[in-house]
Amino acid sequence: MPAAADPVPTGPPPTVPSGAPTGVPAVLATVPEPLIRARGLTKRFGRFTAVDAVDFDVAPGEAFGFLGPNGAGKTSTMRMIGCVSPVTAGSLSVFGMDPHTDGGRIRARLGVVPQADTLDMELTVRENLLIYGRYFDLPRREALRRAAELLQFVQLAERADDEVEPLSGGMKRRLTIARSLINEPELLLLDEPTTGLDPQARHLLWDRLYRLKQRGVTLVLTTHYMDEAEQLCDRLVVMDKARIVAEGSPRELIERHSSREVTELRFAPGVQESLGGRLDGLADRVEWLPDRVLLYAADGEAAARAAHGRGIRAESVLVRRSTLEDVFLRLTGRSLVE
Amino acid sequence: MALRGALRIVEHDAMVYRRTWRGGIVTTILGPFLFLASMGLGLGGYVDRGGSAAVLGGVSYLAFLAPGLLAAQAMQTAAFESTYPILGRIQWDKTYLAALATPIGVDDLVWGELGWIAVRLTFACGIFLIVMAGFGAVHSPLAVLDLPVAVLTGLAFAAPIVAFSATQRRDSGFNAIFRFGVTPLFLFSGTFFPVDRLPEPLQPVAWITPLYHGVDLARALSLGRVDPLPAGVHLVVLVAFAAGGVALARAAFRRRLRV
Ligand SMILES: Nc1ncnc2c1ncn2[C@@H]1O[C@H](COP(=O)(O)OP(=O)(O)OP(=O)(O)O)[C@@H](O)[C@H]1O
Ligand SMILES: [Mg+2]
Repeated sequence: MPAAADPVPTGPPPTVPSGAPTGVPAVLATVPEPLIRARGLTKRFGRFTAVDAVDFDVAPGEAFGFLGPNGAGKTSTMRMIGCVSPVTAGSLSVFGMDPHTDGGRIRARLGVVPQADTLDMELTVRENLLIYGRYFDLPRREALRRAAELLQFVQLAERADDEVEPLSGGMKRRLTIARSLINEPELLLLDEPTTGLDPQARHLLWDRLYRLKQRGVTLVLTTHYMDEAEQLCDRLVVMDKARIVAEGSPRELIERHSSREVTELRFAPGVQESLGGRLDGLADRVEWLPDRVLLYAADGEAAARAAHGRGIRAESVLVRRSTLEDVFLRLTGRSLVE
Repeated sequence: MALRGALRIVEHDAMVYRRTWRGGIVTTILGPFLFLASMGLGLGGYVDRGGSAAVLGGVSYLAFLAPGLLAAQAMQTAAFESTYPILGRIQWDKTYLAALATPIGVDDLVWGELGWIAVRLTFACGIFLIVMAGFGAVHSPLAVLDLPVAVLTGLAFAAPIVAFSATQRRDSGFNAIFRFGVTPLFLFSGTFFPVDRLPEPLQPVAWITPLYHGVDLARALSLGRVDPLPAGVHLVVLVAFAAGGVALARAAFRRRLRV
């Protein structure tokens, strides 16, 4: 069973919906201060704009996701939140503080899993955690105690005194995740945390993240896996070309941007190209992918029957519920995993 | 606060060193022995018999050479520690990025790395000084001050080289530093013979390099012949190189890491 199937109701976040006018702070005065607040947040590298005036709030205790195709600006946004990359324009506050002036104090309360591993190849597995604890000013004994605990947590205890280099990619990822928890962060920033993990390790991590969330840790993550987003995120935004193009809970996004059901038609080689306009009008929307055609309709069976009625013979027909993948496709014109 | 962050980086480097020191310790101890025995005693025997006393200021070649070698070794140690380890952490492993996700700041990295280099220099130069004394190459109690002078000489190189390393993406640039910087300075900065023996046009070149100042000051101290004016100039030059290097390193680290 998915770990997040019966989440403790944290309640939908009491924040401004994206796209709402930002000049209405009076309404916001009554709701709790968001943990992260971005208004017009912008990041430019030279003349290139990687993040273009995005607005979002993350409430305490929430699991918030960034979805988007490669290059959308997810990592750039995460790095600004993590106070390692200066904000070019707009405003950003984390824990109510300004990253520009209080970067160190904010980072003291953050855990960060960067997209690319930054493990210390000059040290052993355990020493990686120990020195990280020291950077957070933990006493040595405490850092060692937590290191041992975290190595259990990510199932690397047997490798504690090994070098980092020979670890497998997934093991390195798990070590990075353990490292991000050494300071018992209130806010965890996870940039594609499970990329490179095998399915078992992914489920393990989801379970651990879910537990952290229950303890009140706020999670902000990016992912290319829609199941991960659906399982973990209370709310997410879809980014495309440096902008936020949609915002809501996974369910809301599906309701708003996709039909209830989807019918997938797969054809023998060459057939799909010859269909021309014969599928027009069969569904609310028809999406042509390289290897299949998707019919978006409230009643997928009916759409399948209608296609059959027109004499269209698919090699396989699959009717399923809409997923985030469909939303993503609709909004960005690209599939989630490329 | 600032100091604490830098000390964490020193601690990191010490942790790395704890795993790797065995490789370097033999050369650190044996190096001074071999150099002083072969060049100071061996070569020095010929030099002293050749009526060099006037040129060398009336002391044996060994006593002349040893403090110069001390300063030159500080330069070499500093150059090595400021190149590959820094590039590795900034470019290959990206461990500075990991540190910067914690309360550690960019300046902590710079001060911490230079702090660790100072520790390494103190250790290496301390051993050198002891060996030097064992060879009878020390003529004055002021020679104890050769330790801080050698460390300062090392830092006068380390700081600007750290700044350079922080701008590099490959290690190919380091060849130039060693081939056109470290090696010629080692040979022509007054370590093996007085700078006034150099061809006239080259002498000013020696004066503007930090090694010449380190060598001359270390030598004055170990021979007990300190002249306040040149000594003051030497100190000012060494401090200026170190301070200028720190400013460059801070800017280079910021440009590279705070993107
Ligand atoms: N340091 C940098 N200098 C110049 N351009 C950069 C830099 N970092 C990111 N970019 C550019 O900014 C854009 C957004 O990059 P970013 O890494 O934020 O995307 P992303 O959404 O995380 O993508 P992915 O899913 O591939 O990780 C890209 O076009 C990238 O080339
Ligand atoms: Mg990214």
